[in-house]
Amino acid sequence: MSSSTKLRTEEMLLNVGPQHPSTHGVFRLIVKIDGETITEAIPVIGYLHRGTEKLAEDLNYTQIIPYTDRMDYIAAMTNNYMMVHTVETLMGLEIPERAEYLRVIVMELQRVASHLLWFGTYLLDLGALSPLLYAFADREKILAFFNELCGARLTYNYMRVGGVKWDAPEGWIEKVKEFVPYMRKQINDYHKLVTGNEVVINRLTGIGVITQEDAINYSLSGVQLRSTGMAWDLRKDAPYSIYDRFKFEVPTETAGDCFARYKIRFREMQESLNIVEQALEQFPKEGEIMAKVPRVLRTPQGEAFTRIEAPRGEIGCYISSNGKDKPYRIKFRRPSFANLQVLPKLVKGQNIADMVAILGSIDIVLGEVDG
Amino acid sequence: MGAYLEQSFGLQNSLVFILSAVVLLAIVLGFVTYSIYFQRKILGWMQLRIGPNRVGPFGLLQTVADVLKLLLKEDIIPKAADKPLFIIAPVIAFVPAFGVLAVMPFTDKLHFADVGVGLLYYIALSGITVLGVITGGWASNNKWALIGAMRSAAQMISYEIPLVMSVVGVILMTGSLNLIDIVEKQKEMGMWFFIPQFLGFIIFIIAQLAELSRTPFDLTEAESELISGYHVEYSGFRWAFFMLTEYVYIFAMASLTTVLFLGGWLPPIEYLSFIPGIIWFALKFVAIVFFIFWLQATFPRMRVDQLMQMGWKVLLPLSLVNILVTAVLKTVL
Repeated sequence: MSSSTKLRTEEMLLNVGPQHPSTHGVFRLIVKIDGETITEAIPVIGYLHRGTEKLAEDLNYTQIIPYTDRMDYIAAMTNNYMMVHTVETLMGLEIPERAEYLRVIVMELQRVASHLLWFGTYLLDLGALSPLLYAFADREKILAFFNELCGARLTYNYMRVGGVKWDAPEGWIEKVKEFVPYMRKQINDYHKLVTGNEVVINRLTGIGVITQEDAINYSLSGVQLRSTGMAWDLRKDAPYSIYDRFKFEVPTETAGDCFARYKIRFREMQESLNIVEQALEQFPKEGEIMAKVPRVLRTPQGEAFTRIEAPRGEIGCYISSNGKDKPYRIKFRRPSFANLQVLPKLVKGQNIADMVAILGSIDIVLGEVDG
Repeated sequence: MGAYLEQSFGLQNSLVFILSAVVLLAIVLGFVTYSIYFQRKILGWMQLRIGPNRVGPFGLLQTVADVLKLLLKEDIIPKAADKPLFIIAPVIAFVPAFGVLAVMPFTDKLHFADVGVGLLYYIALSGITVLGVITGGWASNNKWALIGAMRSAAQMISYEIPLVMSVVGVILMTGSLNLIDIVEKQKEMGMWFFIPQFLGFIIFIIAQLAELSRTPFDLTEAESELISGYHVEYSGFRWAFFMLTEYVYIFAMASLTTVLFLGGWLPPIEYLSFIPGIIWFALKFVAIVFFIFWLQATFPRMRVDQLMQMGWKVLLPLSLVNILVTAVLKTVL
C-alpha cells in the first residue's frame, strides 16, 4: 500500500465504567483499544472504599461483625465467620458442636447462593437474559432460609464470637434437607440450558487463560487458582471449623480459561450441597449454640491470622491485639482484590466482548475489592 | 391497486391511495405496539415473570403509555454531536423500513404494489437502513456509539450477502422476482419452498436474525458490552424512531419469510382453503415473530469475530452450494 492511500489509524481511549452494566459495581477500567482489540487496560478502584479496617479499630469485636457483612455482600456468612474465627483463635475458645454445624450449613449454602448469583450475572454479561432470573429464583430460596434464621436477606450479622446468634427455628433443618435434592436438579437443568450451548462454549473456551505460574505469582486463590490445575482448597488443605468431618472433592481443571472456571463453579455448587447434606445428617439434636464467653470480649495481647475458603477465594483476617476489647489493628486479606490484579494481563490483546467475559469469570465484588 | 394506477389522476383515486397508505401505516404501527407487548409477555413468561400487566386490561396499553412518554420527553442533542446528521439519522433508518412494505403481498388480492422485481426492491431498500445506523453512531460523537455503528456496518454487509444468496434458490425455482409469482409457484407445486429449499431456508433464517440484530446476533446493541450501541446518545422520539425501525423490520422480515418459504396466504392442505388467506398469512407470520422472541430468551450473544467467520466461512459457501444444487437439479429434472 502506498503512503498516500494508507489509512490513518489511532488508538482510542475508552472509559469502561464506573457506570457500566458489566463491571458489577463501581469499577472503572481505562482501556486503550485499536479497533476492537485492547492494547492496554488500567483498572481504577476505590469508588466503594469505606475504610473498614480503620473504622474497626474503634469498635469492639461484636460491633465489627456487621462491617464484615458489607465487604463481600454476596457472601456475608463466610465473611462473618472469617472475622469471628480469628478472634476465637486468639482467645482459644471452644465452640459448641451445634453452632459449628449451623455455621458450616450456612457457609456452604452461602457458597451455592454466591455461585448462583455469579452464574446469572455472567450469562447476562454474555448476552443471555433468562438464566439470571432462574438463578435468582433459586438464590432467593437460600436467602429465605437465611431470613428465617437471622432476619436478614443480605447482611446477616449472624455469627458471634463463640457461636451463632440464633438457633435454627423449628422445621428449618427439614426444609433445608428438602432443598438439597431440588437444587441438584436445578443445577442439572442449568447444564442442559446453558453449558452445552455452542455459543457459550465458543465464547469461553481459550479465553482469559491463566497459567499456574501466573496464578501463584499473582497470589490468586479460589476458583482462579483451581482452574489452573492446582487442587488448593483450605477446607481440605488446612481444615478449619469441622470441615475434616465431611467427604467432598476439590474440583480442578487444567485449561485455566473462562470455561474451566465456569465448570469449576458448577462442580463446587454440587460439592457444597454434598457438604450441606452430610452436615444435616450429622446435625446434633440439641446443644448450646454459644460458648461461655465473657460479657466484654477481651483478646489476650498478641496477634493472629486465620484464613478460610470463601466463594471467591482465600479470605483472611489478621488481628493485632494489645489486650483491650478493640483490635489494635485489623487487616483483611480480600480475595477479590487479589484476584482482580491479573485482569490487565488477561485482557491485553483480547477484544471488548472478551474483556467482559474475562472480568465476569474473575467474579469480583466491589465492596470487597475496595474494602 | 394496479388498476388504479392506470386511471387518470383524480380526486377519487388519489383519496384511495392516501387512505390505503394510512391503513397500512395503522396496521404496521398496531403491529409494532402489540409485538412489543407480545415480546415482553413472552420474555416474562419464559423468565418466570408476569410481564406488563398494569396499564389497561392485561397491560395492553403499556406500550401506548411508553410511546407517549417517549414523545413527551425533552429532545436532547449532545453538545458535541454533528447536529444535522444526528437529526437526519433516525429518518434514514426509518423510511426504507416502511418502504419495503409496499411490495409485500399479504394475500393474492391484498397487496399495494405488484412490482416485477419485488424481491430485489426489498433487498435493495432494506440495505439503506444501515446508513442511518452508521450516521447515527458517527454523529453522536460517542465512542460506544461509534463502535456499535461499526459493528453494525460490518454485520449488515457480511450477512446481507448470504441473505440474498439464500433466496436465489427460490428465484431459480420460480423464475421470477415477483413475490406474488413466488407464492403462486408454491401453490402450483403443491409444496412450500422450505421443503425443496431447506438449506436456503435455514441460511435465510440465520441471516435474517443477523440483519434484524436480534439475539444471538444483537452485537450492535450489546447491552453488556456497548451499553446500547449506536443509539446510546438518542432519547425521546428520535430513539423511538430507531426502535420503530427495528420492529417494522421484524414485521417486514417475518412477512418476507412467510411469502418466500412458507407459502404466503396458502393453506397447508387444500381442503382448509375455506379459511381466508389473510388468516393463514397471519398465523405463519406470528409463528416466525414468536420464534424470534423465543431465541431472545434462550441464546447468549456471539462474539464479533465469530459472527464474521460464520457469515463468510459458513453461510456464504453453503448458500453458493445451494444455488449450484438448485440450478443443476432444475436443468436435469
